[in-house]
Amino acid sequence: MTLLTEESAASTQEKAHKVRGKVRLREHLMGWLFVGPFGIVFLALLIAPLAYAFYLSLWQKKLIGGTSFVFLGNYVKAFTDPTFLSGAWFVIRFSLVAIPLQIVIALAMALILDAVTSLFTRFSRLMIFLPYAIPTVIGAVMWGFLYSKSFGPLSDIFGLFGATAPDFFSSNLIFYGLINVVTWQWAGYYMIILYAALQGIDPTLYEAARMDGAGKWQIALRIKIPLIAPALLLILVFSLIGTLQFFNEPQILRYLAAGTIAPGFTPNMYAYQQAFGLANFNYGSAISFALGGIVFVCVYAFLFFTRKRRSFF
Amino acid sequence: MKTKRLFATASMLAAACVLAACSSTAGSESNASAGNSGNSGNDATGNKASNCTNTISKKDLPVVTFWGWYPNMQLVVDNFNKQNNEVQVCWTNVGQGGDEYDKFQTAISAGTGAPDVIMIEADRIPTFQIQKALVDIKKYGYDAVKDNYGPGAWKDVSIGGAVYGVPVDGGPMAMIYRKDIFDKYDITPPKTWAEYEQAAQKVKDAGGPLFGDLGANVSAVTMALQIQKGANPFTYDPARPESIGIKLNDQASKDVLDYWGRLAKKGLVGTQDQFTPEYIAGVVNGKYATYVSAAWAPGYLTGAGVGKGKDTGKFAVAPLPQWDPNNPVQVNWGGSAFSVTSQAKNPELAAKAAYGLYADDESLTDGWTNQIIFPLNLKALNDPKFVDLKVSFFDGQQANKEVYVPAANAYKGMTYSPFGQYYFDAMTKQVSALIEGSVTGAQAADRIQEDVVSYAKEQGFTVQ
Repeated sequence: MTLLTEESAASTQEKAHKVRGKVRLREHLMGWLFVGPFGIVFLALLIAPLAYAFYLSLWQKKLIGGTSFVFLGNYVKAFTDPTFLSGAWFVIRFSLVAIPLQIVIALAMALILDAVTSLFTRFSRLMIFLPYAIPTVIGAVMWGFLYSKSFGPLSDIFGLFGATAPDFFSSNLIFYGLINVVTWQWAGYYMIILYAALQGIDPTLYEAARMDGAGKWQIALRIKIPLIAPALLLILVFSLIGTLQFFNEPQILRYLAAGTIAPGFTPNMYAYQQAFGLANFNYGSAISFALGGIVFVCVYAFLFFTRKRRSFF
Repeated sequence: MKTKRLFATASMLAAACVLAACSSTAGSESNASAGNSGNSGNDATGNKASNCTNTISKKDLPVVTFWGWYPNMQLVVDNFNKQNNEVQVCWTNVGQGGDEYDKFQTAISAGTGAPDVIMIEADRIPTFQIQKALVDIKKYGYDAVKDNYGPGAWKDVSIGGAVYGVPVDGGPMAMIYRKDIFDKYDITPPKTWAEYEQAAQKVKDAGGPLFGDLGANVSAVTMALQIQKGANPFTYDPARPESIGIKLNDQASKDVLDYWGRLAKKGLVGTQDQFTPEYIAGVVNGKYATYVSAAWAPGYLTGAGVGKGKDTGKFAVAPLPQWDPNNPVQVNWGGSAFSVTSQAKNPELAAKAAYGLYADDESLTDGWTNQIIFPLNLKALNDPKFVDLKVSFFDGQQANKEVYVPAANAYKGMTYSPFGQYYFDAMTKQVSALIEGSVTGAQAADRIQEDVVSYAKEQGFTVQ
């Protein structure tokens, strides 16, 4: 009797186990089903091309002699290639100037728009944001014409004062010419992100601050900015990644800036030239991954040094 | 906290790799698909050409796909299709020059996506031939059209005994100049480069405009002018493609770079990239007294709006200045051919199209009357109507008879390099430095030599 009950108890337990197992299996399947569509797209359009590009970067194709496996040879070449190194150094320098500039402008505008409430706020907000809505290609072409000595207004404006206009296409000034284009394009976008973060701050904090005798400046510096620090960090990382991959603007202005912008001006342009101009897909892929490495190092270093300020993760 | 950091690192890595590395793969994908879409009619025996710019009326004939960029291409293709009962051409314009070559290059690397017939400039033929991307069309009807072109024209499209293209137009070089400026400063067209420099100085001293332009982006011109002085940049035997002679820093090459570097430094010539709105604006406004260019330039300039309105009839043309007037050398810039690609499923049909396109009288006449092409087809080149044409851009000057036809007849052909793109890029880089003043012409030539030789070695060539 006891034996029997024990046995049946054991079997019911087993059954329950099986049922639970089935449910779990079904849950698993359902889970995969939900993740599936994304997973397929993710694998097919992101992981597979990345893996393929990495695979390509390990080979070398010569006009004479065909393709051979060189392992990391292309990377060794990239990090000793003066064109790649000077391009990488250019985008790093560019980031060091462009990003703080953009952030300061965006932050200043966001704080002003947040503090001032008038009929024009909404209008100015839209106007400041507008450059971001213009495709980069169009923006670059437009600035190309503005900088032009023949078409642009610069020579007329400077002519009024009897001065010669600066030539933003010369090799000395192209850096600043590009900084201007990029700042114009992106500051408004960052401003919107910061503005949205400012709108999310509880207004009672301001009230409390005012009761403690804080002025507008103090509220801005000691309450608003610290509270939107995560948003600031976010846009800093975004702009760092974006700027290190600088491509569109110089690629377009190349045709207007006589010889100032070489095909290897930035690492991404160099990768493009290697792959599509010189049919060197292997080296082009290696440059892309080498740039990916530089971006990773820069972003990691940045996050490391700002870790006390609480990351946005 | 630790796990968070780890996650942050991991996602940062993913983001960094994705954003950086993917740009090349994403680019290649979109490029390949662009190639494919232009290529859905690639099947030379089927008839599924759906992306043609032209309309094919004879729908039951096999179709050959074709890339080309002549401004009157639509008319040329329609003429061919109308007159041909064996094959029809499906034409797409995928861009001019470099834009097209980039797409073709991508299609070659991908192994798919190239058209059956492609328009390429003669100087690029070795670049694509060495990658086995072009078909020798000698056995597909060369004998029938052999006598339609001069030996120089055939030489530019041949490598060894093989023919890799059908010549269409050439670019005998000459000096286009503005009569009003020459009259104002009392200058006669210079016959030598020394006179050119003196004239430039004279105009400058009198407060006149720039005399010409040294464009960093027109390496083909610099190369042609070096060849004119006696440079022989590449020696290359197609039977032994792995061995190549490169001489880009001989005295002639250095002299030419020094010459133009000196003119630029003295402010006698401009340093604007050519084919840009900025340059054209300068040409329209009379900023440049001369334009050292090829026979197709008047058509290009007219299309860009030069020589209209108040500038009508201001231009004239004179033979290219020489280094040694007793031994004149004529050179060529540009000019294209139609080649059959090795991706063509039916090379014979493709060759029919390559031989037939732009070879009928109607298309040729349209081409030269509108100055779109300087024809290499002898039917047009020997046509008195063409030779005696009073070119309206040159205010009725008989430019063909006086300048271009003699230049074309004296042209002996050149040997182009199998890595034309790299060579031209290297030249652009150094000419930019020359313009900037950071190198002398001789140094620039040495650097070009060094750069191209190391590239050639890296690509597996034996450099002699």
